[in-house]
Amino acid sequence: MAITSVRDIPAPSGSRLSAAAPRRKQRLIPRDWISGYGLMLPVMLICGVALAFAMISTVLASFWTQEGYKLVPGFTLENYREAVSNPLYQLTMARSLAISLTTTALTILLAYPIAYFLAFYAGSRRTLWLILITTPFWTSYLLRVFSWKVILGYNGVINSGLKSLGLISEPLTFLVYNPIAVIITLVHAWLPFAILPLYVSLEKIDRSYLEAATDLGDSARDRFWRIVFPLSVPGVMAASLMIFIPTVGDYVTPQMVGGPDGQMVASSIVELFGRVNDKPLGSALAIVSIVIVTGLSLAYMFLTRRVSERMA
Amino acid sequence: MSASGFMTENRPLKAYALLIIVYLYAPILILLAFSFNNSIFIAFPFKGLTLKWYWALTGNSQLHQALWNSLVVGVIAALVSTILATLAAKAVTRYRMPGRNAMVSLVSLPMLMPEVILGIALLVFLLSIDIKLSLATIIIGHIIICTPYALVTMISRFQGYDPAYEEASLDLGETALSTFWRVTLPLVWPGVVSSLLLTFLISFDDFVVTFFLTGTEQTLPIFMWSQLRFSDRLPAMLALGSLIIVVSTVLLILVEWLRRRGEGATATP
Repeated sequence: MAITSVRDIPAPSGSRLSAAAPRRKQRLIPRDWISGYGLMLPVMLICGVALAFAMISTVLASFWTQEGYKLVPGFTLENYREAVSNPLYQLTMARSLAISLTTTALTILLAYPIAYFLAFYAGSRRTLWLILITTPFWTSYLLRVFSWKVILGYNGVINSGLKSLGLISEPLTFLVYNPIAVIITLVHAWLPFAILPLYVSLEKIDRSYLEAATDLGDSARDRFWRIVFPLSVPGVMAASLMIFIPTVGDYVTPQMVGGPDGQMVASSIVELFGRVNDKPLGSALAIVSIVIVTGLSLAYMFLTRRVSERMA
Repeated sequence: MSASGFMTENRPLKAYALLIIVYLYAPILILLAFSFNNSIFIAFPFKGLTLKWYWALTGNSQLHQALWNSLVVGVIAALVSTILATLAAKAVTRYRMPGRNAMVSLVSLPMLMPEVILGIALLVFLLSIDIKLSLATIIIGHIIICTPYALVTMISRFQGYDPAYEEASLDLGETALSTFWRVTLPLVWPGVVSSLLLTFLISFDDFVVTFFLTGTEQTLPIFMWSQLRFSDRLPAMLALGSLIIVVSTVLLILVEWLRRRGEGATATP
């Protein structure tokens, strides 16, 4: 990496080296962009190229056909017609959206009070709380989902527990293998992740606003709705997108606890790549879902910005 | 609880927070508890304590192979993605380049799309250039999913100290390489370590992308997925899962501790 030896940057002054300066705005070195590209090159060659080609080949494959195990290049819109008109895919797509939106809303509702508590009331034990809450998110996803199958299953922890207490004689079958079981499991899996962006946005709120509002006679409720909530909207937006996008395409949870009525669009896509063996149709369905997810996310971002501008 | 401004104590909120902690941890604790249960069924009533499910793990050669594969994949993916991200983070935080945001967005794409779609896209690409699925394809996939997380970690680390240290070193006549080695690297080291641990955990835990890129050699989550279908193998899987949870929790606490220690040390080196 050729970094030029002559630098027309002022020598570091004492004040900039002082320990007191918090996170300052980064000064960018203007003349050295070639070195910058040099440093970016490895990541672009490995991740950038692979991702770009992966996207391009999926888009191409969605216009192709398949004979046996071989993909045949060509141009047909038949895959897209099938992906949007087949009632099975319409059903799994609609169900994915319904499950994912419900999960997102529930997760935000459950996470917000926790984030609020962490930002305003956790005091000196804040770090401990944060570690306790975020740790489960990074432990095995497969196992956390599986644990709900163990809990909700026909012969699972809840049913066998109630039976040995003599409260029921037959297992409660409504606990598992339905969309509600999927939602319970997804909320559990994503809750720790939702708390972080909410906490960050609440933490940033200047405490003097709240003191001023109190001095001016606002009640705790007014204070929340007029100051805290509007200022936390960016956090709510970030958290909801961070849950909505991955949960729409979740595969593990519907497989484990969804049953036939809880299957989502990812299951359809995986089937098309596996048992059904129609990769072009699978690619088309994947692209249709990502277009829907992206469209909804952009619309949501646009609306939230509008609403928060009006509130401000 | 100490005071934070004029807001001091809120018992209902604290009770709620504790309740959520219980909700988050209960399923994991149930798995741990039943891994010691002396019964093939994961159900009440409890039949007494045993370690036999843990012993069963020691003789399973398929499991050992999968564990070894996961460790190899995890170590390589963690090293490569952290190196890539360290270089890229220096570029992003220190140089003004046209197209910077576009490049960062492209690399961060795996964080912004459902994993299933990333998995099939990589699969279609690999099939189209006739690459056979193997551990190598899993490693490539893991590098791609780990790099965005490594990049976030490293960028925040690079933003945490003053570039004047590097400039001073260059002004005093050190070469770019020795400046990187003797000034930059020691300053970003806590970030490097937490990025390595984090990316290793992501790789070690990944199921969905791996699921599409697996040939005949399995990683641990793929092996577990295949075993979870057989009810007689569930108790042993609970034991395995408990071990994974305990080890990864210890690693996570280490990551967090290093990160906080690193942040505390940014102002004065």
